[in-house]
Amino acid sequence: MRQTIVRNVSELPTYGFGPRSGPWWGAMGFMALEGMGFAVAIGAYLYLYAVNSSWPIGAPPPDLWPGTTATVLYLLSIIPNEYTNRVAHRQDLAKTRICLIGMALIGIALLVLRGFEFAHLNTRWDNSAYGSIVWLVLGLHSVHLATDVGDTVVLAVLMFTRHAKPRRFSDVTDNVFYWNFVVLAWLPLYVLLDWMPRL
Amino acid sequence: MAAEPKELRDDALNGLRLSTQLERVWRTPPGLLGALMSVDHKVVGRRYIVTAFAFLGLGGLLAVLMRIQLAGPEKTFLSADKYNQIFTMHGSTMMFLFAVPVMEAFAVYLVPLMVGTRNIAFPRLNAFSYWMFLFGGGFLWISFLFNVGPDVGWFSYVPLSNLQFTPSKRADVWAQMITFTEVAALAVAVEIIVTVFKLRAPGMTLDRIPLFVWAMLVTAFLVMFAMPSVMVASTSLILDRLVNTRFYDSSSGGHPLLWQHLFWFFGHPEVYIIFIPGTGMVSAILATFARRPVIGYPIVILSLIATGLLSFGLWVHHMFVTGLPQLGAGLFTASSMLIAVPSGLQIFCWLATLWDGRLVYRTPLLFVIGFILIFVLGGLSGVMVASVPIDTQVHDTYFVVAHFHYVLIGGAVFPLIGAVYYWFPKIAGRVLSERVGRWNFWLAFIGFNIAFFPMHILGLIGMPRRVYTYTADMDWAHLNLVSSAGALVFAVSFALLLVNVIYSLRKGELAGDNPWGASTLEWATSSPPPPQNFDRIPVVKHRDPLWADGESLPVVAGLSTDRREVLLTSLAEAEPQVREASPEPSIWPLLTAIATTIFFIGSIFTPWAVLWGTPPMAIALIGWFWPKGSKEDEA
Repeated sequence: MRQTIVRNVSELPTYGFGPRSGPWWGAMGFMALEGMGFAVAIGAYLYLYAVNSSWPIGAPPPDLWPGTTATVLYLLSIIPNEYTNRVAHRQDLAKTRICLIGMALIGIALLVLRGFEFAHLNTRWDNSAYGSIVWLVLGLHSVHLATDVGDTVVLAVLMFTRHAKPRRFSDVTDNVFYWNFVVLAWLPLYVLLDWMPRL
Repeated sequence: MAAEPKELRDDALNGLRLSTQLERVWRTPPGLLGALMSVDHKVVGRRYIVTAFAFLGLGGLLAVLMRIQLAGPEKTFLSADKYNQIFTMHGSTMMFLFAVPVMEAFAVYLVPLMVGTRNIAFPRLNAFSYWMFLFGGGFLWISFLFNVGPDVGWFSYVPLSNLQFTPSKRADVWAQMITFTEVAALAVAVEIIVTVFKLRAPGMTLDRIPLFVWAMLVTAFLVMFAMPSVMVASTSLILDRLVNTRFYDSSSGGHPLLWQHLFWFFGHPEVYIIFIPGTGMVSAILATFARRPVIGYPIVILSLIATGLLSFGLWVHHMFVTGLPQLGAGLFTASSMLIAVPSGLQIFCWLATLWDGRLVYRTPLLFVIGFILIFVLGGLSGVMVASVPIDTQVHDTYFVVAHFHYVLIGGAVFPLIGAVYYWFPKIAGRVLSERVGRWNFWLAFIGFNIAFFPMHILGLIGMPRRVYTYTADMDWAHLNLVSSAGALVFAVSFALLLVNVIYSLRKGELAGDNPWGASTLEWATSSPPPPQNFDRIPVVKHRDPLWADGESLPVVAGLSTDRREVLLTSLAEAEPQVREASPEPSIWPLLTAIATTIFFIGSIFTPWAVLWGTPPMAIALIGWFWPKGSKEDEA
């Protein structure tokens, strides 16, 4: 078939930020399906809550301090996270490196805190359906958290190598975007796990 | 100071030089290692299609075995235990290893071509998805051959699938197979959505997207929002079996009905995940062979979206006999009947197109007409079982078996076979034999109806599902014999399709670029398409570009020719925004899939596999993402 050139796109950039980049949309897709996973797990929790006359089953509610401390840390982490976003958009390599290290450390601290959360659930996974569902919900979010921390660590290392090309800053902003989702996903889970058994 | 080397772009080349240069950059590397590294959506799509059809053959073989067993009363061809495994494997194979994957496989092959881009979004994820599908399906079938195949139905209801009633590894095999196929299906869903949203050719606004692509977009969203439910369900099941969690154990606060809610919240949209792509195929075939665009383009799109949304509100109609509250049952009856409306609207649009078109009766169109007839019958019995009193009467009888085979085979397999005849010339470069195709259609249409129509009557006179035999005094023998004979005829039609494909691959008539005179972009490139799909990215100015633009296709220039690059456009107006690097071939998706497989299979036998299985997966993922100084990294 004959072709007629009607436009030249050679002046377009080779990478974009946010909705202009493909990986951002990929992250959106994975956030949607992971968010759906959390929604279904919440649904399962509420279903078990509804069919049981007492809740929690055979256990006191989780101790509040680990989840609450984590929640505060999650919310505070938005500040350095957004700063990371800003320096990445400015393509400031030195500050981006520092911010990524900072965010990786925050993530690792939250993973350690997650260990305390499990220890203070006051129930084992095999005690009752209550124990099973709280371990499942917390486990799902832990996988979610661990993968994001892993991604942040790898990206931080990458930015110290010769591969720290301009388009990597777009990857950094996607990582920022994803972290916000990790925080957002945690908030309803915190209410569900730590406050629902106290209602 | 040396000047920076100038980037080579396609505005500096023309004709054969441009094609050759792009083929060199985009081709799959030669040899076995190259084949294992391929990230070309066409290569992956072809593999997906062939593998899914292989599973269709295996699932079909099991169906024939079941029909031989049921052809007469008190037959001993299969034992009860083997029959349980066979009907479970048949359902699981058809639903998880054939129906959904084959539809996604067609999308993997066709969507990038139809939206006018050079590769799918996230090609390495696409390759990973295929390997996961292959390993998951292979794992299920190898287990079956070693007599560890699941035997608790494709729905694996608890408590039947609990450790207490299924102490062997059979239910674990089923649950892990689910996880494999979920990973594969979810990955493809994300790829399709991003490809449609961001990789469309300039000018392909939302109201110029081909109907098949719209159908696949809606399907991808359904996969994305339905599959996490079965993921939570199957993970909970395997945890109950492996580490004594109590999700479904009523003695510890768990509830068996939780399984059914989670399973059917996925399971009912699953029907539409299979059916909606079929409607997209019908729209594509119909427009071409009616020689006119499908009437009511916006109505068809709104119907697709409405069907997708409503499909999430129907799951309880699979649970009418579980004793749910009356109010809920009424609500779900209403929504189950309501979904017939958008499906009906689409059928009216297709009928109007047929009425107004200049029909060319080639094999793909015959399968579409067969689809309309069979699907309407399936839809009518669907409205019947949506009603609580009728469902209570025919629940778990052969009436339901007849209904869902009319819906799924009529709604998906007939359009799919039509699609094979329609797109085979594009994929293989040769046309399938029309003469064999007509035999194929008539044997399929007649065989199907002989096989499945009597099941309605068998169900109404009380024959239950999932029984491996029956006694002579039940008066079910004659209808079962007819049904089994029809199943054999139906099976022969598939054998004929296989013969046609093998014969035509070697000796079929050469297709040329656009053998049917179709209107969408996949026909604007050669058959089969070159590695780069298009030498220059097309510009879309009409809904049916090849009909509207005549002999001259408007295109853009300016993309790189010395590295892989795709053009990203805006969401609604498809305005060019970015020239983004597209990943090069890599072995890491395969290695990641192998690591993930070891993780999944290991976790059937020990929870410690979660610990020792994670590092290899993490290493493989880092290897996948780590740039290696390749050309894509230089962008």
